[in-house]
Amino acid sequence: MKYALFLGCNIPARVDQYDASARAVLRQVGVQLKDIREFNCCGYPMRNVDQKAFLLSSAVNLALAERAGLDILALCKCCFGTLKEAEHLLTEQGTLQEEVNGLLAQRGLKYTGKIRIKHFLSVLYHDVGLDTLKSKITRQYKDVKIATHYGCHALRPSKITRFDDPVAPSIFDKLVEVTGAKSVDWDRKLECCGAPVLGFNDDLSMNLTKKKISSGKKAGADYLCSACPYCHLQFDTVQKMMVSKNGNDPLASVLYPQLLGLCMGMDEKTLGINMNQLDISGVTSFLESGEENAE
Amino acid sequence: MLFTAFLYASLIIFALGLISKIWTWFSRTIGISAKRISTSQRVSAAVKGILGVVFSAKILTLIKVFILDVVLQIRILKEDFLRWVMHMLIYTGFMLLLLMHALENFISEPLFINYYSTINPFMFLRDLFGFMVIVGIGIAIFRRFVLKVPRLKTNAMDYYAIFILAVILLSGIVLEGAKITSYTEYQFMVEDYADLEDEEEIAALESYWVRNFGTVSPNVQAPFDEEVLSMGQDLHEASCMDCHSAPQWAFTGYATAKIIKPMALALDRAGTSTILWYIHFLACFLGLAYLPFSKMFHIFATPVSLLANAVMEKDTSDPANIATRQVMELDACMHCGTCSLRCSAASAFDVRGNDYILPSEKVTFLKTLAAGKKLSARKLGAIQEGVYLCTNCDRCTVVCPAGINLKELWFTVREDLVQRGYPEPLVLSPFSFYRGLNRENISKEDYARPLADANRAVAGKFEQVMDPSTPISFKDREIVELDQLPSTGTFSYCFGCQTCTTVCPVVAEYENPQQTLGLLPHQIMNCLGLGLVEMASGPRMLWDCVTCYQCQENCPQNVEITDIFFQLKNLAAKNAGKVVDESSPDLEAA
Repeated sequence: MKYALFLGCNIPARVDQYDASARAVLRQVGVQLKDIREFNCCGYPMRNVDQKAFLLSSAVNLALAERAGLDILALCKCCFGTLKEAEHLLTEQGTLQEEVNGLLAQRGLKYTGKIRIKHFLSVLYHDVGLDTLKSKITRQYKDVKIATHYGCHALRPSKITRFDDPVAPSIFDKLVEVTGAKSVDWDRKLECCGAPVLGFNDDLSMNLTKKKISSGKKAGADYLCSACPYCHLQFDTVQKMMVSKNGNDPLASVLYPQLLGLCMGMDEKTLGINMNQLDISGVTSFLESGEENAE
Repeated sequence: MLFTAFLYASLIIFALGLISKIWTWFSRTIGISAKRISTSQRVSAAVKGILGVVFSAKILTLIKVFILDVVLQIRILKEDFLRWVMHMLIYTGFMLLLLMHALENFISEPLFINYYSTINPFMFLRDLFGFMVIVGIGIAIFRRFVLKVPRLKTNAMDYYAIFILAVILLSGIVLEGAKITSYTEYQFMVEDYADLEDEEEIAALESYWVRNFGTVSPNVQAPFDEEVLSMGQDLHEASCMDCHSAPQWAFTGYATAKIIKPMALALDRAGTSTILWYIHFLACFLGLAYLPFSKMFHIFATPVSLLANAVMEKDTSDPANIATRQVMELDACMHCGTCSLRCSAASAFDVRGNDYILPSEKVTFLKTLAAGKKLSARKLGAIQEGVYLCTNCDRCTVVCPAGINLKELWFTVREDLVQRGYPEPLVLSPFSFYRGLNRENISKEDYARPLADANRAVAGKFEQVMDPSTPISFKDREIVELDQLPSTGTFSYCFGCQTCTTVCPVVAEYENPQQTLGLLPHQIMNCLGLGLVEMASGPRMLWDCVTCYQCQENCPQNVEITDIFFQLKNLAAKNAGKVVDESSPDLEAA
């Protein structure tokens, strides 16, 4: 199993621990990754003001992966959704598509739709499989409650992203339960984290975040769990800003590969546990010792 | 005499230039916050900072960075092998020429007792060093004009740098070739060192030199008599050999001599050597005098930038030193284009054609801005877009061979520009995410102002068209413009069930959503159904949309609502397009 790893812009600059922990986990389960240096922005932030800039930016990545003959593994759900959207748009005919294909050709690139785009969680669930994950787990969590955050751009529009059932998704919950943690049912599980409007409507953004957090708490969750740098930054850095302003008790967010990596016996440093803004080191206290598990 | 006068004049200009340039590091400012720190504060902070680093363990970091990044230029090697070869050839070749050849009175002669530029190894080395630079310049020209490295822009400064180096080097080589063939030079030397009077001896030595040293004589010509040559060799060994190695070792000059041989006598009569000598030293002096004002100044500024950035940190370093460093970094940029090649957002440049989206061009612009030049309103609009259209992925900072902390530079400049420019629709996009994360570093008013301006601009005439007393206008042109994608037409399937509005988390957020949001999702679809594009593209709803796709997912009629919103936002942003009034006064820069 080999994929072209699509990191996007946020992860290398602000969520290095997602990069490090995802690579560590994927290596452990036998997934090979190739870094394509020419990958550029997925186009997501350009959608509001310039569809053509978005589509070209996305198409460049698809064409580069196609040239390498590899499917894309995206860690970010906004990148994933945007690349999927571009893949969908490029199957249609129109002036926009013609222009974008022309600009690709100028760079010596071509996209014909030969490669697939997958999110990290889909690769773990569908391609690696829960059984393989189980076989690599050396110790499990006990009595920890996790609120899984699916992320809008992976789930919807489901006809295009084909990530999971948009109304009752389950793959993330199953991936969390493999670790022995309990995935709680919570009201706002499928809602927006608030990140898409941060920076230009902070009140709205933070209100949405606040509602997510109180919904998670109400369901008794000990931690939120995400697999997207935007959602993570919102639950981590932005929540920290909100906490320092309002003095509430935070509900910290663990990145899925951090949660999983700990069960595979990886050390906290590799997984960047202390790189999160909000302290998540307490999650290790829920781990059973390896010996107990073996019995 | 003239030589000395020019030398001192250019040295003085060079020194004054150097001082004035370094002065600008402390006196010029980038961004608003730097203005609050005085020049004297910055100078004393710099002295304190430098002393603090030199007398601490950080000196080890400096030594490491000096060896790896300044001398060996590992950062360039990591980026591109050919470029590294190019730069090493130019830089080591030129430095060694400078030390051994240009400064021979001060360095080579005191250092080597038997130094003569015409004996080996010095003669060979001079040509080797010159040849290295020539090859380097060749690669530079090849990269820029043949290979056409993507997004590598060539400006006047780049042309100048290539030009002045080429003139210095080529004039030197041709001068050497002309001197090898020159009969006049030969005669001078014979008069000074051989002091021959016998006609036969004169002819013999001349023959020997014509045969073996490339001299072109009007008197003697091949074929030569063996006896004459052997007499010439004796005379050569007696008077010349100690100071002259075989000319073939000066391979570039010798090759030139071979090429110009047929016209050597004419050239010599015309005094070509003297002319070339003037060109050579005047070019050197021009290069020296103009160096602080040209791209070549990076010879000084780039090492400073690499070293400063190796020991400075955003949160712990004195803001006064950061202000100084940011101005200095502009001089460290040699316009190599690495940042633009690696820029995550550069595909937008291919579409929008705005040079300022490319980081390398932004830096070039910042030099103008920091120098306090006035900007036309149009240019300000372009630079504003360029500075904002950045995903803050930090790649430019990671790859910059000069170690410039570009990400901090962008943050400083972006805040400054966004405050005093035209409303920029890009602030209403996820490009603002990074600014949001950093909101605590910006005052409340400054944070809100650009957003309010942009919101007003994208709303267009929304208030007016919503006024019941305004007659309804249908704009077919905009519908055509809007109809870029097949998804757009899906609004016509809407039967008004309002599911979109019901499931929208943004609508649910407000007590009186219609008042806050202008129009609700289903109403926007209704507007489109009626052809009221101007109305549909104005409400706040579009820009408050969190793009969660709940509406689109839940629509029983498969109306692609979120995607239509994107189209409407594109249209509104385009119409908000900075209305640049050419008659408005230019904005004061810096």
